[in-house]
Amino acid sequence: MSALVCEDVHKSFGSLEVLKGIDLSLEDHEVVCLIGASGSGKSTLLRCINLLERIDSGRISVNGQVVTARGVDVNRVRRGIGIVFQSFNLFPHMTVLQNVTLAPRKVMGLGKREAEEQALELLSRFGLEDKRNEYPDRLSGGQQQRVAIVRALATRPQLMLFDEVTSALDPELVAEVLGVIKELAEGGMTMLIATHEMGFARDIAHRVCFLDGGVLLEQGRPEDIFSNPQEPRTQQFLQRIIAAGRL
Amino acid sequence: MNEDDRAGRGSLILGGAGRNVSIAVLSTLVFFTVLVLVIVNAPGWENVKHTFFDPKVFREYFRTIGHAFVLNIKIFLVAEVLILILALGLAVLRSLPGPVFFPLRLMAIVYTDVFRGIPTILLVYLFGFGIPALQLSHVTKDPVKLGAAALVVIYTAYVAEVYRAGIESVHPSQEAASRSLGLTRGQTLRTVILPQAVRRVVPPLLNDFIGLQKDTALLAVIGPVEALQRATIAADTEFNYTPYVITAFFFVLITIPQARFTDWLINRQRQRRMAGGQL
Repeated sequence: MSALVCEDVHKSFGSLEVLKGIDLSLEDHEVVCLIGASGSGKSTLLRCINLLERIDSGRISVNGQVVTARGVDVNRVRRGIGIVFQSFNLFPHMTVLQNVTLAPRKVMGLGKREAEEQALELLSRFGLEDKRNEYPDRLSGGQQQRVAIVRALATRPQLMLFDEVTSALDPELVAEVLGVIKELAEGGMTMLIATHEMGFARDIAHRVCFLDGGVLLEQGRPEDIFSNPQEPRTQQFLQRIIAAGRL
Repeated sequence: MNEDDRAGRGSLILGGAGRNVSIAVLSTLVFFTVLVLVIVNAPGWENVKHTFFDPKVFREYFRTIGHAFVLNIKIFLVAEVLILILALGLAVLRSLPGPVFFPLRLMAIVYTDVFRGIPTILLVYLFGFGIPALQLSHVTKDPVKLGAAALVVIYTAYVAEVYRAGIESVHPSQEAASRSLGLTRGQTLRTVILPQAVRRVVPPLLNDFIGLQKDTALLAVIGPVEALQRATIAADTEFNYTPYVITAFFFVLITIPQARFTDWLINRQRQRRMAGGQL
């Protein structure tokens, strides 16, 4: 059974069609990187999978369950899918520990103690236990993003979505966040990662998908996509990336 | 950053330290000396002094009006609690999304439009004289309660708008983050949106409350013996307006600490924002 299946997914904002029939599936424990220029539809696809955007037509299934059907409990679906955003989106009025325990307590119904124990376990796994009583604004961008990842992991999702999670970070802080994602990949987490970090994608992905203008133009093993892209648009995109010194 | 800038941020009133303080003190002294001289040398000053600032009348009515002012305080304290709760409800109604809630949103909008438009004194009249005239057996005829109700109705409309501004100032990405964790819309509102919104609107909210406190004096027109009504009775007895000055004194007395507190809050929020700190 596939962890995620997108079938002919269409999404428009007004007259602008952002996704023009996306077909994509992920097996369990698979790590897939989405690459493509800004506006190619990477973020929108992730937001659709998390049901933050309603798709216009097509079908999305997670672990065999069609999540875009009518009458689906969206809150239940979202528990099983963690998403991490470019701009962290931590809750500024809550401490790190409160950020991480919010969903376990409110959504999964854990008691305060149990939720905090589990949160501390996760935080210490990623070297953040000493920040547990800090407010997000007192943390560096890299720390904030790591807390955001821990927060998303706290509901024990089977699928993690990453939406350009290092794009808002200072260059020297990128590595610590990518390190966390790498660790998750080694732990067997199924992940769909939209990224501009091509070196990282080549390193970590089992498969790389190139999105262009709302179409999944080309996909394959990272070594094939990066060294021998078939589509002219993919070649063009990668040449620009290389010219910018990002690969 | 030089020293003057730093001090300037710390003290909004004096606007600086050291040499700047001396300049501020001097210019204040000059300004008020000139003002006092102009007033005292006005042709009608003797007359005004006798009518508005009679020490004998002042001493005689200071305590009486002070006692009456306790009623104003009670009215606004009760009203403020009710307004905080009702306005929050109204603001939440108005921010409900989707077509299903359209009737509720519409009601909230009509409410706000109508009651922000009606002059407070008119609604005090309408409630104070209109409701008892209906002769409903279970509805109070107490002018204090009816007048307070009119204030609650009016200020709920204002404060709801303040809350709504706060709710809308919370970035949509906060809601996305919360919903993505599986929290329901209601849980998101309670635990993520409102706590941030309310923190941000405390200063404008206190500002509205200062307005409300002064408006308790409007209840005088329907009869309760609060500070202004007491002052009117005294003025009519003494043929002297000093009681009004006493009343003004009490209103100013309770307003000043709140105004300074509001300034302090605004200043603190700005400093925290600049330090990248927690709001």
